[in-house]
Amino acid sequence: MAGVQVANVSRSFGAHKALDDVSIDFADGGFYALLGPSGSGKTTLLRQIAGFDFPDSGRIAIGGESVERVPVEKRRIGMVFQNYALFPNMSVADNVAFGLSVRGEPKATIATEVQRALDLVQLGKLGGRRPHQLSGGQRQRVALARAIVTKPRVLLLDEPLGALDKALRVDMQIELKRIQREIGITTIFVTHDQEEALTMSDRIGILRDGRLVQEGPPEEIYDRPQSEFAATFLGDANILRGDATGSGIKLPDGTTIAASTGASVPAGAKASCAVRPERIRISTGATTSDPANANTLKGRVSKRIFAGNNSTYFVERDGQTLKVIVQNTGTERLAEGQPVVLTWSPDSTVLIAA
Amino acid sequence: MADQLAIGSRRGLKPALPLLLPAYLWLTVAIFLPLSAMFFFSFMTDLPLAGKEWSFTLGNYAAFFSQSLYSRLLLSSLRLGLEVTLWCVVIGYPAAYVLAKVLKGRSREAIFLLVILPFWSNGLVRIFSWAMVLREGGILDTALNAVLPFKINIDLMYSYPAVIIGLVHSYVPYMVLTCYLTLQAIDDSLIEAGRSLGASRRQVLWRVIIPLSMPGLVAGAALIFVPVVGSFMEPRILGGRTGTFYGTVIEDQFVAVFNWPLGAALSFILLAVVLIILALAAPVLRRTG
Ligand SMILES: Nc1ncnc2c1ncn2[C@@H]1O[C@H](COP(=O)(O)OP(=O)(O)OP(=O)(O)O)[C@@H](O)[C@H]1O
Ligand SMILES: [Mg+2]
Repeated sequence: MAGVQVANVSRSFGAHKALDDVSIDFADGGFYALLGPSGSGKTTLLRQIAGFDFPDSGRIAIGGESVERVPVEKRRIGMVFQNYALFPNMSVADNVAFGLSVRGEPKATIATEVQRALDLVQLGKLGGRRPHQLSGGQRQRVALARAIVTKPRVLLLDEPLGALDKALRVDMQIELKRIQREIGITTIFVTHDQEEALTMSDRIGILRDGRLVQEGPPEEIYDRPQSEFAATFLGDANILRGDATGSGIKLPDGTTIAASTGASVPAGAKASCAVRPERIRISTGATTSDPANANTLKGRVSKRIFAGNNSTYFVERDGQTLKVIVQNTGTERLAEGQPVVLTWSPDSTVLIAA
Repeated sequence: MADQLAIGSRRGLKPALPLLLPAYLWLTVAIFLPLSAMFFFSFMTDLPLAGKEWSFTLGNYAAFFSQSLYSRLLLSSLRLGLEVTLWCVVIGYPAAYVLAKVLKGRSREAIFLLVILPFWSNGLVRIFSWAMVLREGGILDTALNAVLPFKINIDLMYSYPAVIIGLVHSYVPYMVLTCYLTLQAIDDSLIEAGRSLGASRRQVLWRVIIPLSMPGLVAGAALIFVPVVGSFMEPRILGGRTGTFYGTVIEDQFVAVFNWPLGAALSFILLAVVLIILALAAPVLRRTG
């Protein structure tokens, strides 16, 4: 087991920079999600770590050992592919045994290790089947068992759950997390499902156009996004744009918004504020002078979407639509077209430099 | 794949019959009728031409067993078939691999064209070009002597190697094409998966790629082995006096000696032997594939 250090890695395909000066420290034993839109370089970064592809510049180390020029088969990594990539000419057990058998382990060791790995993914009885006789979820488990049976230093997964339906995906998320805890392996997980990234990982790295936008624990990225992109890509956010005042921003219509977290932006510069929809209170009443909810905006409900345990209100103000999510307490139901007041705390407001 | 076939046959042949009919008609006219006529000839004492007397006999088949020459020639033809097939694997498989997995885009198209080219050229032209290359004072001889500091004499013409070279050149495209098709169907992620599990390129080749491309190898081998065993053109032109094989003897019966019944009988013995070999090889190949 080992951590992975990626330092200033760049990789171009022709004129296109797929990775642009990316540095991330993947801690030993951690579960790390790489998140980003399609084409942002997630797979490319994973392939540099795996050794299928080599960076143009920068350094990559696994367990403190520099590996930029070490070929895949010598890196002692485990990889799970989006399409599973099981060998169709071999049984499930032979698939799992492959890594041990190319290493020349004795037959008896291989048999016990394979059985242990299959038991771990709860497929103990299916060793004799061929991959095409398995369901999608089972294939995924075989791919996982095959990747971890060799006791790799790092486990790399490229959208491993992308081909599964929603219910199965949630099952596999729990399963994967359980197995990762059990063997304590450093895991790097590529996904473009933000919910998956939030629920599963210890840390998240957000990539965009080959650059690392932000990196940190899920709570930190969610509560203190450093860019509009990070704010809107990981979860929902209302973005208000204006001029910085030193302690917040002033909107074009003169309203001031106080923000007590986020970047410090010199007064007068362009800046924006991000507020999560569930942090805003919506009411019909007059403005209160509660300092905890000092930010106030007036608007008009343009749409309400009822989703059982909560409702989403779309509130129109000054040409912008803000999103507010309210827990369903059964008391307050606001009609479309109704004038409303939105209030929220400066603590829930993140100042972002433009 | 096997499952799909099973489903197809379960639905029954009936709906497909109108579609299959032209193919069956063609098979009947072009293959079954002439073949039956030949089979009939093989039991006759002489051709029923110009009012010649003829009767039924097993003598043509008996000739094969009474004269050891025929079985000796058949054995050397089988050996020829085996050797040519092996060389086609050795040359064709790596070529197919490079085409399917290494080259991309333009360069792949260009090399493909080079591989297909022998298909489009006339067989005789091909063989006589080899004759010019292989004979003493020919292209190979001259070229080698121009490069090498010492004098060597290369005269491969009218020899066993010349026959092999000619046949391999004629038939290697079959191997390249069948292997290319199976190799292309192998997902690159399988190769990457193998390597991520610690297998070297060579181990991935032996344990993943070759087993998965077995159907192409087998199809190519069958497409090459069968016609090579009965070949006569390359052995005759490039082999000269050493080029007497089972196929050339059959050809002689038809075009030189005019003993069609014996030629027909020898052909059917060849067909039977080849079918037996393929039947014996099938289970072994299926297991590895
Ligand atoms: N071998 C290659 N040759 C040329 N361009 C490439 C190659 N591999 C990746 N790219 C380009 O690099 C960029 C990043 O690709 P990458 O596959 O890393 O994206 P990704 O974040 O994994 O996207 P997705 O979520 O769609 O899988 C893309 O614009 C892609 O077109
Ligand atoms: Mg990708």
